[in-house]
Amino acid sequence: MDLSVKLPGLDLKNPVIPASGCAGYGRELAQLYDLSRLGGIAIKSATPKERFGNPTPRIAETPMGMLNAIGLQNHGVDYIIENELPFLAQYDTCVLANVAGATEEDYIEVIEKMNDSDVVDAYELNISCPNVRHGGIGLGTDPELAAHVTRMAKEAAKKPVYVKLTPNVTNIVSIAKAVEEAGADGLVMINTLLGMRIDLRTGKPVLANNTGGLSGPAIRPVAVRAVWQCANAVKIPIIGVGGITKAEDVLEFLLAGASAVEVGAQNFVDPYVCVKIIDDLPRVLKQYGYTSVQDVIERSKR
Amino acid sequence: MRTEQALIKENTLIAKDTWKMVLETTLAGEAECGQFVQVQVPDFYLRRPVSICRVIAEDRIVLVYKVVGEGTKRMSEMKTGESVDLFGPLGHGFPVEERNVMVIGGGVGVPPLLETASRYIAKGHQVTAVLGFNDAGGMILKDEFEALGCQTYIATMDGSYGTKGTVIDAINANDLKETFVLSCGPLPMLKAVSEKYTDGFVSLEARMACGMGACMGCVVKDQEGGSLRVCADGPVFAIGKVVL
Repeated sequence: MDLSVKLPGLDLKNPVIPASGCAGYGRELAQLYDLSRLGGIAIKSATPKERFGNPTPRIAETPMGMLNAIGLQNHGVDYIIENELPFLAQYDTCVLANVAGATEEDYIEVIEKMNDSDVVDAYELNISCPNVRHGGIGLGTDPELAAHVTRMAKEAAKKPVYVKLTPNVTNIVSIAKAVEEAGADGLVMINTLLGMRIDLRTGKPVLANNTGGLSGPAIRPVAVRAVWQCANAVKIPIIGVGGITKAEDVLEFLLAGASAVEVGAQNFVDPYVCVKIIDDLPRVLKQYGYTSVQDVIERSKR
Repeated sequence: MRTEQALIKENTLIAKDTWKMVLETTLAGEAECGQFVQVQVPDFYLRRPVSICRVIAEDRIVLVYKVVGEGTKRMSEMKTGESVDLFGPLGHGFPVEERNVMVIGGGVGVPPLLETASRYIAKGHQVTAVLGFNDAGGMILKDEFEALGCQTYIATMDGSYGTKGTVIDAINANDLKETFVLSCGPLPMLKAVSEKYTDGFVSLEARMACGMGACMGCVVKDQEGGSLRVCADGPVFAIGKVVL
């Protein structure tokens, strides 16, 4: 069955992409399966300089999900270009470079440095990380700020720009429309939901950062709803993400209006989940009367 | 490193809140001492990292774990004959060097030292075991270390068995001279071991998500301010490498 999807800058052989922060730069998953099997890979956020991230504990389990407060730990864009992207170059898969920062200038710096890389196919503008104090989600919760940083990123970028949206807003559609208007080539949604757990013995939050981002199957209905709302309001393609664990979930996102998906937390539960989904997707599409991924996308347009 | 459905052959209480699970799995043949597996507990989302206590056959490992929360409580309720999804073996374990060694364990940090001790003994080296617990009721694996042929010393914080106090108190009280040490246990114990010894390795515990180095959930700092992942760069580190 034809699982391919063509999106701006992303010629995906199938619609399955491990989400940013859940697969590093591919080295770990490459020990388990051939990364060329993936539609693409969204690599861990790059910032201009190295970031250690937040103190530990950074992880807490929740009902059907987890909280994380990693805090965009990465070695900085120069290191990533020199040491991580060459590793990914050996695989026949699309690379979506997640770009993060504390200021608008940070986003521009990372994009300008990655522009000349043959490995990066498109950018994923992370204006939705709940675990950093400046930038990140601050830019993603206000339509004007989101549009402004998108416009600046588009001016700097020599590759398509996808904007990753946060669900931690009153009206996600207004943000989606604003970044579309500003020239975004696509949307990725949703980033994690802001959450907290408290340790009953200590009376204090489990995470050293106090709050963290909720992911996993618990957030899937929120993500499906957000994709559905935005798909009805914008024309640019949407990559759906949030709580996907199986091929049926991929179909649900495609029916909501997504054109591809990212798989996040489930990689921690089952490191083979992406290839299992890819293997199972033809069966599920056939079961529900579809002939290809493109067929689902066409028939889901409203 | 792979996932496999293992078969539970035994799951029994061996001390206060501490359980022993024997699993039939081909992962056993790939396990190094000091490595761990990620256990998928039914009804819970993330896996639980548990150190490998013993490889007792090519297809059989022993996990010894403590019930500390709801997930490990559910794990203790799993029955013989049930299958359980494992991911492993993971991480870098203890080195097996050509010399005598002292293993220093505390509480639920004791289990991975048993397989480690057995591998030193299999190579003809002498192993001294110093094991610390809160009280006699929480004491585990003493007989197993002795059965391997380890000279075994016990410390309990309340003095209900062996030397009253910490493992360091037991080392001093028994005038133990071995200078190459391998240690696993609570952070204060690892700090004390790292202050007393320079030659050896410590194994860390951490909250983890992926268990394979991808998510950066379990990082610690090294002396130069760089970061190391407990799951993939460790859990075993040379003494002094990591800021404890």
